Amino acid sequence: MSSASAPLSARQIARRRRGRALRRTWAEFRRHRSGVVGLVVLTAFVLMAVFASLLVDPEGLEVTKATGGVLEGPSGQFPLGTDDNGRSVLTLLIYGARISLFVGLLATAISMVIGTLMGLMSGFFEGWPSAILFRVTEWFLVIPFLPLALVLASVLGRSLWNIALVIGVTSWPGTALLIRSQTLSIKERPYLDRARVLGAGRWHLMSRHILPNVMPMVLANTTLTVAIAILTETTLSFLGLGDPTRVSWGSMLEDAFTVGAMTTGAWWFIVPPGVCVVLVVLAFTLVGQSLEEIFNPRLRRR
Amino acid sequence: MSATLTSSPGAATGSAPAARQSYARYVGGRLLGALGSLAFVLVVNFFLFRVLPGDPARTLGRGRFRTEEQLEQFRATYGLTEPLPQQFVTFLQNTLTGDLGISLRYRVPVADLILDRLWPTLLLVGTSMLLATVIGVYLGMISAWNRGRPVDRVWTNSTLTLYSMPEWWLGLLLIATVAVGAGPIPGIFPTGGLNSVDVDPGTFDYVLDTAWHLTLPVITLTLAYLADYALIMRSSLLDELGEDYLVTARAKGLRDIAVRRHHAVPNALLPTTTLVALNLGFVVSGAITIETIFSIPGLGLLATEALSIPDYWVLQGTFLVASAAVILANLLANLLYGVLDPRVRT
Repeated sequence: MSSASAPLSARQIARRRRGRALRRTWAEFRRHRSGVVGLVVLTAFVLMAVFASLLVDPEGLEVTKATGGVLEGPSGQFPLGTDDNGRSVLTLLIYGARISLFVGLLATAISMVIGTLMGLMSGFFEGWPSAILFRVTEWFLVIPFLPLALVLASVLGRSLWNIALVIGVTSWPGTALLIRSQTLSIKERPYLDRARVLGAGRWHLMSRHILPNVMPMVLANTTLTVAIAILTETTLSFLGLGDPTRVSWGSMLEDAFTVGAMTTGAWWFIVPPGVCVVLVVLAFTLVGQSLEEIFNPRLRRR
Repeated sequence: MSATLTSSPGAATGSAPAARQSYARYVGGRLLGALGSLAFVLVVNFFLFRVLPGDPARTLGRGRFRTEEQLEQFRATYGLTEPLPQQFVTFLQNTLTGDLGISLRYRVPVADLILDRLWPTLLLVGTSMLLATVIGVYLGMISAWNRGRPVDRVWTNSTLTLYSMPEWWLGLLLIATVAVGAGPIPGIFPTGGLNSVDVDPGTFDYVLDTAWHLTLPVITLTLAYLADYALIMRSSLLDELGEDYLVTARAKGLRDIAVRRHHAVPNALLPTTTLVALNLGFVVSGAITIETIFSIPGLGLLATEALSIPDYWVLQGTFLVASAAVILANLLANLLYGVLDPRVRT
């Protein structure tokens, strides 16, 4: 392994080290059966969302071009029946994956950026700046999420972006607290003192020493946050706060609820979207938990 | 332990005056924090509706006004013609005296409306939370004690699935099966509402009728909350099971069951207690979806109904009440934790 004839540059060494760390993590991950199952399910759903237009005809989404009857049961032509507009539920389901995953990922990105920044800074700084950041995090932590989301969505209007924004803005405090405690413990380690003595500035310390050490936890947390974000997207869409022109699993369930699919026995309109939500959320949770166990040695013995 | 239950700093004659004093300081800090949070919520509440792009009068009365005079009158009624700082002072005065505005839909004070709708929500969420806590803690204990065995795997997987499920979807499934009836399953429960119209209030039948109506919503919410408690109880008990003091207890000759019951469980209950206290705050907001699908006339339904108007004052009021509840519960959780675990009083 170390038989390189020419001396390696710092960059090459770093790349090799990262490659090794990645392979080690992957080998570790493969031993978590539930995590692997989750990853397989996720891959399937992501592929379905990406190649939606190859799987089914996008024209099936248009109400005016619907060919089926109202709330028709499953048949050869419509494997999962039709909705109240005569569209194939299967088509809606496949395209719904796009919106649900997109909003979930976007919201998570917003939440992660805010949460990581706030956590890093409130852990790294000392004195009153840290205290203020911590207080702000606590304030956001106590805001009841759903009522705020209702208020925001009603004021901002109904769109995909607003839903993602609402979820992102309200779900970051947990991440911030986690990152903060992680930062606080890393900050006390001797190698940071050494770097400081060698003349490292705040920015260098934060970006080169603390952030890389916090990143694994951020990754595990991100996966868990996506699960919650997708769940929340579904709930908000169900309450009618989603983009009315797009189909997501939540909006399908809203439709099903509004037309009373439970009372007419149209189970094919209620069960599939919910099952998809459960599968995706469960998959993200399983992957996230496995990552957490890998990166957090304290959890390993479980 | 009991000495720390009282928190008056003046009565420092007890056995542990120092501990008492430190708890008093802890309480003071937490109280200040809660007040700060409350102030923050008030500010958010004010600015959410007023500093948004556009004319608040038009936003608030969306599409309701045909003429300029109507707009002017609306502005004057809600004090929207005054400068912003003045508006804020008025808002504070009104809110602190319990005046939350008038509902655009019902034409009655929002505060009265909220008080009216509080009872069904408390009944529904309170019952569910109690059940969920008891069952969840029990399941978590069973799982942790049988870690890795089939029992543990079954319970952990079921709670994880429940955790991944939108609780209202579960409710919809229950409505479709045991309320409406599907195939061989008879519909035995009502599909929604809190009471039948033909039962006299005040009689015993009325109580039974309410219970019958609340069965499905309570089951749904219990299952939704339960997952949280079971998972946290399992993981905190597992944390404790690895601790040295348990080895010591066993080495002293105590039986396994005694060690678990008297040493591990009380300590593992700490995080669960906090979670329960914290969740108490989400009483108001927790039932939004469940009340919507079962049409139970509580705070949650009030909020979702207000959404379609949109009845901003009602939304603002429910948001305020919901946040206040969370802050209060948070304070309670912290104080409780301070009593149970003296280490946090730093």
